Amino acid sequence: MLKIKNLHASVDGKEILKGINLEIKPGEVHAIMGPNGAGKSTLSSVLTGREHFVVTEGEIWFNGKNLLELPAEDRAREGIFMSFQYPVEIPGVSTVNFMKTAVNEIRKYRGLDPYSSAEFLKMIRAKMALVGIDSKLLNRSLNEGFSGGEKKKNEIFQMAVLEPKLAILDETDSGLDIDALRIVASGVNALKTPETSSIVITHYQRLLDYIVPDVVHVLYDGRIVKTAGKELVAELEEKGYDWIKEEVNGK
Amino acid sequence: MKEKVLNDFKELFQAALPQLELGAPQAMNQFRKVCFDRFVELGGVPSHSEEYRYLNLLPKYGEDYNIVLKSIMPETPIKELFHCAVHGLVSYPIIAVNGWYHPENSTANLPQGVICCSMRQAGEQYSELFAKAYGKCSVQAEKDSTVWLNGAFAQDGVFIYIPKNVILETPIQIINLLQANSPLMSYQRNLIVLESGAQATILACDHTLVHEKFLHNCVTECVVADNANLDYIQIQSQNSSATLINTVCTEQQAVSNVQSIMLSLYGGTIRNNQYLKLAGEGSHCDLYGCYLLGGEQCTDNFTRIDHAVPHCTSNEVFKGVMDGNSLGNFTGSIVVRPDAQKTEAYQANNNILLADTARINTKPQLIIDNDDVKCSHGATVGQIDEEAMFYLRSRGIGADEARMMMMAAFAHDIVRRVRLEPLRNKVATMVEKRLRGEKVGCESCKIACNK
Repeated sequence: MLKIKNLHASVDGKEILKGINLEIKPGEVHAIMGPNGAGKSTLSSVLTGREHFVVTEGEIWFNGKNLLELPAEDRAREGIFMSFQYPVEIPGVSTVNFMKTAVNEIRKYRGLDPYSSAEFLKMIRAKMALVGIDSKLLNRSLNEGFSGGEKKKNEIFQMAVLEPKLAILDETDSGLDIDALRIVASGVNALKTPETSSIVITHYQRLLDYIVPDVVHVLYDGRIVKTAGKELVAELEEKGYDWIKEEVNGK
Repeated sequence: MKEKVLNDFKELFQAALPQLELGAPQAMNQFRKVCFDRFVELGGVPSHSEEYRYLNLLPKYGEDYNIVLKSIMPETPIKELFHCAVHGLVSYPIIAVNGWYHPENSTANLPQGVICCSMRQAGEQYSELFAKAYGKCSVQAEKDSTVWLNGAFAQDGVFIYIPKNVILETPIQIINLLQANSPLMSYQRNLIVLESGAQATILACDHTLVHEKFLHNCVTECVVADNANLDYIQIQSQNSSATLINTVCTEQQAVSNVQSIMLSLYGGTIRNNQYLKLAGEGSHCDLYGCYLLGGEQCTDNFTRIDHAVPHCTSNEVFKGVMDGNSLGNFTGSIVVRPDAQKTEAYQANNNILLADTARINTKPQLIIDNDDVKCSHGATVGQIDEEAMFYLRSRGIGADEARMMMMAAFAHDIVRRVRLEPLRNKVATMVEKRLRGEKVGCESCKIACNK
């Protein structure tokens, strides 16, 4: 599904990613962990096409398409979704209008007819029930005045509606209490299918207690320095990242 | 040019005076000469005065126009003259053509005591009431020669009177139409009086029916008595050769409330003067405005809120989107008099420039002569928030559509203040169409305002 080859990327002339290699197959959940400043968020930004980031070397292929040639909106239309670490508040844009525009733009890209208002409302109601979101939210301005937990729930709701092939959860656990975390995680798990994959970017173990990864990568100084099974999570939680830093720097 | 224009006006006024006075209310006639003298004293048409720093009206007045000194109504029956495109809006429609009250306007269904008629009729029939109110509010604009010019030349307009404690549930819609087959200079004077405890919604719509050059000067005075509540909305959608000089002067008495929304959707040159005096304690006003400009358009909003007495609050938000070679101007003046303690006054002017060639001049002007006040003002000029754009695009929304949504959201901050729901929905659609560069959807409109 996703193939990243020797990816180098910089921001404002400073190299952050220094050769990432990663392959994700359908149905897999990959966790990307690592200390602050390792490049985790840069990786998600590059994958989703944030313009501030410049790819200097390497390739990204997504279901046979050269992702780096696509603008951000086309990547989303191809099936990539990112749950933002800091969802943006947009006063004046109602959540329902935003979702309808997004869904229909994606459908248009895929050669499908736009949803009628009735079809759209029916679909969106079902997704709200799935994620456990209040219908009052629909007519409110996008994320405006939402608590941290509501914002993250809204991200998962959008994911449920857009049905991506690859979901990137960027520090979705940050700022969430344990109840909100559980709700968000169960939403993510409910949306999982054998065809869809996820990248869970996180600093801590706790989200991975609920969303169990198949593969765990440790990102450090712009490179993936360790890849293992889910048992690595517990080890990192216990020992921190210093031993990995020492391992890398000692080489 | 200034001298020539002034001399032309002197000749015109001299020659036209007998006709101007003919059939006009005495209260209007007795001030004509005074008004014209003041216009001359102030140097004639404003060019680079403090109030008109970024808008020189002289080139507009330097062109040739006809002036028609009597009421000539179009042959089209009134019912076919204009169809309001706002579906579901229930209103009392009142049509004025080139500044003259249409004689076939029907006011039969107005609640008892409510008066809506021509200025000429009001001056005759309700002379005492009329004389008491006429010119009372417009003195606030004493430095603006265009307002004096209006006093000299205006012959008619719309008069509205809401008696004590009457709540007018259905809005009165003043539809100002301009129609001519050669360039036309016209004047209009409106007077709105709300007695103590009265409530009304007045919707004013400015339209041009043809692609002709117009220079229309309209002054509306609003007298708002204690405990009264005025909801004033003005929607401007004119052709790109039209110049509109629109002045609204309001005076509020104790515990009264005024909300004003000025929406400039299309036009050539629009100058909005809004003068508002908080003259009674506990009064409050909200002044909102939104201007969407493209091409060679120019909109200049000049506002002056006068906190004359203690314990009054004012809130002002104007927002603009400028594209093409357009020019937006905003001057927000707030005056707090020495005695006006416990004043609260807030002002914001936010702008988005979509093109390098578009311009905005924004100028807050706070004159505060009292220590015990809360005042704030802020002006921003920016582009669309890139982070928000990325968020929308990351959900599959194309860049153009995302930009559109952001602009509509920006303007929505003003649109949402429109209390009449059918109008609010229509305005939201009009704003969106306007931002998409499409013709504003007045279905009956035979001209496309964006041409």
